[in-house]
Amino acid sequence: MGKTFAEKALGRAAGHPVNANEVITVEPDFCMSHDNTGPISRTFKKIGVKKVWKPERLVVILDHGVPAPSSDHAVNHKEAREFMREQGAPHFYDVSSAGGVCHQKFPEEGYALPGQIVIGSDSHTCTYGAFGTFATGIGRTEMAAAWATGNIWFKVPESMKITASGKLKPGVSAKDFILKVMGDVKSDGADYMSVEFHGDGISNMSISERMTLCNLGIEMGAKNAVCEPDQKVLDFIKGREKSSDWEILWADHDAVYAKELKYDLGDIKPGVAKPHTVDNYAEITDVRGTKINQAFLGTCTNGRAEDLRAAAGVLKGKRVAVRTIVIPASWNIYREVMRDGTLDTLLDAGCIICNSGCGPCLGAHMGTLAPGEVCISTANRNFKGRMGDKESFIYLASPLTVACSAVAGEITDPREVFAR
Amino acid sequence: MKIKGRVWKYGDDVNTDVIFAGKYTYTIKDRAEMAKYALEDLDSDFNKNASAGDIIVAGKNWGCGSSREQAAICLKERGIGAIIAKSFARIHYRNCLNEGLPIIISSEIQGLVEKGGDVEIDFDAGEITAGGKKIKFPPYPEFVQGLVNDGGLIPHVKKSLGLA
Repeated sequence: MGKTFAEKALGRAAGHPVNANEVITVEPDFCMSHDNTGPISRTFKKIGVKKVWKPERLVVILDHGVPAPSSDHAVNHKEAREFMREQGAPHFYDVSSAGGVCHQKFPEEGYALPGQIVIGSDSHTCTYGAFGTFATGIGRTEMAAAWATGNIWFKVPESMKITASGKLKPGVSAKDFILKVMGDVKSDGADYMSVEFHGDGISNMSISERMTLCNLGIEMGAKNAVCEPDQKVLDFIKGREKSSDWEILWADHDAVYAKELKYDLGDIKPGVAKPHTVDNYAEITDVRGTKINQAFLGTCTNGRAEDLRAAAGVLKGKRVAVRTIVIPASWNIYREVMRDGTLDTLLDAGCIICNSGCGPCLGAHMGTLAPGEVCISTANRNFKGRMGDKESFIYLASPLTVACSAVAGEITDPREVFAR
Repeated sequence: MKIKGRVWKYGDDVNTDVIFAGKYTYTIKDRAEMAKYALEDLDSDFNKNASAGDIIVAGKNWGCGSSREQAAICLKERGIGAIIAKSFARIHYRNCLNEGLPIIISSEIQGLVEKGGDVEIDFDAGEITAGGKKIKFPPYPEFVQGLVNDGGLIPHVKKSLGLA
């Protein structure tokens, strides 16, 4: 009987073969935290340990409220800054052009490596599965304990195998595929599980598209999500690696799965997640014409260069009908899309470009909503109140759908634009 | 340990954004202060009137979404005695245990009690009493029980490191 990816990666970390449902303790290769580093450091100090077990394993990236939108946020940043200095921890990404959204910066800086174990005090830590990393979100107390002890317990998860074959049609994006999957699996369908993406449909996808898929693993309840680390991953990490202790691991052909799903990407249509749950899937034809007040392009889900270029392709020579907020997921991406003219195209169309960070995704700043307003967003969550007011409405969609909708002022099928 | 409390009842997929809103995650730092905002975007009645010892009874996937631990802290600080749900999202499940907030998985209780009703939980016997019926619930896994016995992860870690 073969092993799943999770069994292999956790077995490697445990130092002995493991099977699903076994409880093990492992040492994480990296521990990611963001603005919540301040509160975590306070909890850490309560334990009574002076030094983090291995300060070089901490990666801290400020992104949730940058630059600080209030003095409360600033105090958090200050605490994080002082803690990292006091610990002699080298991997700190402060509010600067070396920063960006944590889940974008972490791989960019070479911390997301195949076969390694990453814990992050943010639920979208599962994004790093795009690089063949076993990466999972945890809470603040759990992170403080891991810093003190150098280990964390896991129940080895059962796995779900999602196989995608074929190619997406013009106007259809990787986001449309994962929104459909979330609609099928539902927000708890992969609870506690490791989600593996298989098939030529996935290997044909770019790293950026795979990050979009893995990012949304948590929205199905998954512990982690992962794609097979291939040559594209090796090319990406080359010259960036912050550790040499990694290994290409993938599931055996005869691994045992709790659930299996198969998709032909050619059948996928543009779609949305309607308010107020991520699994409230609808095909675009069912919601087209819905009036919007704001469009948002960005986040760890869809704020990469490919996403912004796709939107710019739609917006070139047009004007947006509603306020449209663009946030590149990192300052490296910001520079990239500044140099290739993408930002000019977006500005010419009437979009505003904000600094790299999480922005309005969690309702902190830079584009929060008023009661009754509707936003179409490339983010990963549409929960009630998520973008600031509990009487506002969020539709999740692809960058293409968001761009097309921004022009029309209502939810629009991107295939109509591509057919012209 | 036995507790008895008044029930607040909810459905499926209650996410951590409605338990504790994202806009407060970096502005409210005091644990007791967090309690004031518990379930603000889900149930204003709970937000105003929940009191210490009350028990939450919910459907499946309680606590899905963000890893924010304030979702567990605000309920713990409000004095919520326990959360009984058909299932829990995994990060929130761990956060509750780490904060020493008792959580119980049960699919039967939902049909036996309504909002405002009484529920009694006997943790030692693994038994819930509601609507005149007794329901068994499974014990925590051994490893988790150690955590629960110590009152949460921080006391548990302190004990294991000889710092308690």
